[in-house]
Amino acid sequence: MATDITKLGVKANWRNLTEGMIIAGAGTSKDFNTGEWSTDKPEFIEDKCKQCLLCVPVCPDSCIPVKDMKRGAFDYDHCKGCGICVKACPFGAITMEGVK
Amino acid sequence: MAKRDRLSGNEAVAIALRQINPDVFPAFPITPSTEIPQYFASFVANGQVDTEFIPVESEHSSMSAAIGASAAGARSLTATSSCGLAYMWEELYIAASNRLPLALALVNRALSGPININCDHSDSMGARDAGWIQMYAENNQEAYDNMVQAYRISEHKDVRLPIMICQDGFITSHAVENIELLEDQDVKDFVGEYHPENYLLNPDCPAAVGPYSITDYYMEAKRNQAEGMKHVSQVVLDVAKEFEGISGRAYGLFEEYCMEDAEMAVVMIGSAAGTTKDAIDRLRENGVKAGLIKIRLYRPFPASELAEALKHVKAVAIMDRAEGYTNHGGPLGADVMSALYRAHADALAVNYIYGLGGRDIRVEDMEGVFEALKQIIEEGDAGETYRYLGLRE
Repeated sequence: MATDITKLGVKANWRNLTEGMIIAGAGTSKDFNTGEWSTDKPEFIEDKCKQCLLCVPVCPDSCIPVKDMKRGAFDYDHCKGCGICVKACPFGAITMEGVK
Repeated sequence: MAKRDRLSGNEAVAIALRQINPDVFPAFPITPSTEIPQYFASFVANGQVDTEFIPVESEHSSMSAAIGASAAGARSLTATSSCGLAYMWEELYIAASNRLPLALALVNRALSGPININCDHSDSMGARDAGWIQMYAENNQEAYDNMVQAYRISEHKDVRLPIMICQDGFITSHAVENIELLEDQDVKDFVGEYHPENYLLNPDCPAAVGPYSITDYYMEAKRNQAEGMKHVSQVVLDVAKEFEGISGRAYGLFEEYCMEDAEMAVVMIGSAAGTTKDAIDRLRENGVKAGLIKIRLYRPFPASELAEALKHVKAVAIMDRAEGYTNHGGPLGADVMSALYRAHADALAVNYIYGLGGRDIRVEDMEGVFEALKQIIEEGDAGETYRYLGLRE
């Protein structure tokens, strides 16, 4: 029986946790909303973006989707707000409270 | 047809394990439990079991390997004593919190120091809060019977917790007694096959075992774990009833000896209960209403059942074969006294530390305990509640 990871948010009560905290089933991290861990999020300013894609590989949580060689909007369901992408952007196209 | 034999406690447990035929048995030797894997290794060499026997480099590794095997989906166990159990300390909690139903054949021995190889309960008492089920035996027969019942309890879907089957070092582990063994096929049928729900080697559903739990989850995880423990007592009773059907031997959470009309009682764990029964038999000949409660299931602790059994007793001596260094007694003393307090019991209670490091306990010693209880009843005062028995003053 595969674990329904979507039910394991921070509001889950003790009865709803899995026995021994086991997670059955593979590839479940995409169903687990880690975005709720953070308070600050990066903002994408599309006008300033040159589509160099330097931000994409540095994201530890693969939260910058790429389609047709162009990056899209942040995946805030999984972004933990680390701010690394802000540092990686040469054009000031990503901003975040507290990160320069 | 049951078969009569004469066996040491270690040999009896090893034979139970041969009959169970577990999947994986990692082991590291330590006195007095060494014989269990030693006998078992001969069963492996003789082709009498299919078990993967792993000689590992330490107890830290034997418990780790047993945990890994259990998480993978195997029925696993190991055996140890004393410092070996202490060296498993970290892994004990991993096994319990991951809800892995593996077994540990523990042969109780004193912890160092001073270094000592003989019996007391300081090793398993140190592990009493690790989340394991703990079951104790008075003699070789009980050690064998408890081992046969172990997996039925720990693998039960409402429980899924590791289980420690304890017996007294040398006193039961090495002393040879008459014993009744079950037929191999009866044990096989009773224990059954192990079919875990989720396990690492399941190709249809890969799993993650032991994931990190931040502050947001840890407390809920521990409460979830406690729920498994709440079901243990009933499962122990159900399994015991079924076991009685194949063996004719009845078991409960604890044994009551001459408790029906007892005015004074002793509560204890392990082999010294046999000595206490002899003392009670002598006292009963003289009309003294003495009784005994021998704990079989210590974790979870049968608090309310015990308080009920002690309801009509005027004075009780709780015997600890381990120091607690609390300045007011040992672990069993603390558990029984809190059970009595919760039940608003009237019994006057004292706690004795006895038998440390293999110190002999004789029938006369236990008669002395009942004499002290008689005095407590007469005076209506428990006096010093933290006492030593058999100590040179």
